[in-house]
Amino acid sequence: MVNNTLVGYNKKELPGKIQVIGIILLLAGLALGVIGFLTDYVRALHNYLVMFMFLISIGVGSLFLITLEYIAGADWSVPFRRIIEFLASVIPVLFILVVPLIINMHDLFHWTHLEAVEHDEILKGKAPYLNSTFFIIRAFVFIAIWFLFYLLITRNSLKQDKNFDQGLTKRNIKLSAIFIPIFAISLTFSAIDWMMSLEPHWFSTIYGVYFFSGTVIAALAAATLVTVLLMENGYLPSIISYDHLYSFGALMFVFVNFWAYIAFSQYMLIWYADLPEETSWFVHRWTGGWEYLSIFLILVQFVVPYALLLSQPAKMDPRRLKIAAIWLLFAHFVDLYWLIIPSLSPKGYTFSWTDFVFPLMLTGLMILLFVFNFKRNNILAVGDPKLERGLNFHL
Amino acid sequence: MQSNTLFAVAAQFNEPNKLIKAVKIIADLGYKKWDVNTPYPVHGMDAAMKLKSSKLGYVTLFFGLSGTALALLLMWWTMSVDYPMIIGGKPFFALPAFIPVTFELTVLLATLATVIGMLSVFFNLPNNSHPLHDTNYMQRVSADHFGIYVEADDKKFNAEELRTLFLSLDAVQVDDIYVPLKEKYPILQPKFLVFLTIVFAVTSAITYFTLNYLLYMEPFDWMVSQAKVTPQEKVETFRDGFGMRQPVKGTVARGFLPYKFMGMPAPAESLVNPIIPTKETVELGKRKFLTFCSPCHGNFADGDSRLRGQFQNPPTLHSTRVREMNDGMIYHIITNGQNAMPSYAPQITREERWSIVNYIRVLQRAKNAEVTDVQKVKKEPVKNGQ
Repeated sequence: MVNNTLVGYNKKELPGKIQVIGIILLLAGLALGVIGFLTDYVRALHNYLVMFMFLISIGVGSLFLITLEYIAGADWSVPFRRIIEFLASVIPVLFILVVPLIINMHDLFHWTHLEAVEHDEILKGKAPYLNSTFFIIRAFVFIAIWFLFYLLITRNSLKQDKNFDQGLTKRNIKLSAIFIPIFAISLTFSAIDWMMSLEPHWFSTIYGVYFFSGTVIAALAAATLVTVLLMENGYLPSIISYDHLYSFGALMFVFVNFWAYIAFSQYMLIWYADLPEETSWFVHRWTGGWEYLSIFLILVQFVVPYALLLSQPAKMDPRRLKIAAIWLLFAHFVDLYWLIIPSLSPKGYTFSWTDFVFPLMLTGLMILLFVFNFKRNNILAVGDPKLERGLNFHL
Repeated sequence: MQSNTLFAVAAQFNEPNKLIKAVKIIADLGYKKWDVNTPYPVHGMDAAMKLKSSKLGYVTLFFGLSGTALALLLMWWTMSVDYPMIIGGKPFFALPAFIPVTFELTVLLATLATVIGMLSVFFNLPNNSHPLHDTNYMQRVSADHFGIYVEADDKKFNAEELRTLFLSLDAVQVDDIYVPLKEKYPILQPKFLVFLTIVFAVTSAITYFTLNYLLYMEPFDWMVSQAKVTPQEKVETFRDGFGMRQPVKGTVARGFLPYKFMGMPAPAESLVNPIIPTKETVELGKRKFLTFCSPCHGNFADGDSRLRGQFQNPPTLHSTRVREMNDGMIYHIITNGQNAMPSYAPQITREERWSIVNYIRVLQRAKNAEVTDVQKVKKEPVKNGQ
């Protein structure tokens, strides 16, 4: 624990009850999840996939935000980079979380049924890519790549707390430059593998970008929420002002618009061409009750946050930002649910209580990971050469 | 050229932080008419100047929403009310297709209004002169210094006090800026008028020449003259001078086989109708009958068309004579012509003529139906429980 007198930062420990809440949520989610697996196996599996994708969004999205800060040379986000690093710490956990999905792959993906693929010309054509062996290799390789960059970048960042070495920042800038194209490719193929291949006959070339837009929203919202909560309770230096928060609000607003732009681009092209092999995916999301969720998604992911974040004061008001962040996390959950669950029951919506179980587990897991990291490390990147400029940031 | 009227006291600083410090003091002292000039946006300046948030955002919002409304109204009125057209099987009011246009117009109006509003309302442009123009102060603050000036119009203005204040705040230089003398440039000088006249004459001459001559000269005439024969054109190639040629003798067009009993009162052998009367062929016959036959013979072959009484009356086709003719004879009359009726062989193909014959038979049968015809339609008895 290095206390940097330069910025007047003294570490304040989190109250123990947060850890207790995290444990309770995780255990409750875990227990209910196991019951869900035993009673409503296939639906629970799909809901587990929603949670898994959400954690990829937060973890890998946070790593993307870190690298973005390095590559863009941003000052304002330096005081918050540690928070984002803590959120990215979910990446190593993905190694464990992916196992149940790999084991139960056969009930998740139609294309794993070899006897069905044999009589299906389209799936036969896709078999060189969509086959179990290559899929498992890809899944682990992607997580391994993310983990590698997470490890290298955060290790350099933490080392800097002790030795104040500016060279580590330079090294992280190089790592970020390498990571960003790898991130683009790995995230695209992850989206194709885990979600698009649930309906293997359908395809959309913009799908990866669509998932990317949601990913960044979720990561930004998580970072904003934690930042505002820590700020309100005095865990961050008091010099951090509303000017810092503005960029969080503005970036969330940008990516809400970006999401709408990409989502609409995907919809409009398919709607206009009206080709049966392309429309099937949207038809599944427009029958038997799913149409209400589709409309709800537009409201929840675009219209409401757009109105909430439009004005300049709204982007700096911690109370409003907190609401917007919670809302956008919920919106990303709805988004992923909308992407995954209608593939399971394309005929129409059916109720299942397992839908509500995994968010508990997810929240508990994130709280525990955060507390775990918070205890061991500084919440401020005290050794970063840009920290002082970041703290004195003004619009 | 400057007057003795003082416009402002301006100070230059060599560091943005020093300027911010000065700005805070000036703002706290309660000056109203003052501003800063920096070579690039300085972070934290808005707060130091105690600026209220700009009203420009409302201009953007208003015009952005106007763009949205305008685009939607335009497309709704033109595409789904005034001139509805089916495009790609989509509804007349196809919202997804309208969104890109709506988005573009929203952005366009919002941006234009923001820029124009910013320049004209907030910056008071167009403004061709300002006392700060062409001063040493302006040269430095647009390159490497950070400047602040307080106008002499300000109620609290005291030049000496400000000078000492700025110098005490480590200003590199403090200048007095004077209002420049107004210079007069009379527009209606003889030289200018002559110049204007010449420009007018030359422009008119060029425009006249372009519109009346240049556009009809090669190669500006949109390829009007080409090395090909256009319809109705006279040519030197052929002795008779006709550009449009007749087909070679003996050419037979598809569906227009030569008829071997041409010019005879009746076919020398009995002709057999090769077209079986099916729904399709009868409908083809009906279409051709209504096109070629009905103008004289009437829509139902009663010989009651509008042409009646204007020249030789066309006969009804329901007379006993026509009804007793065989198919070949009717075909012969259509092909060959009879009395005032010309030959229709060049217009109607062989199959179509036979189909017309079939349709005439249908009309004749319909006009002379008997009770037994109705009874021929069998009715299946309906059994209970089925």
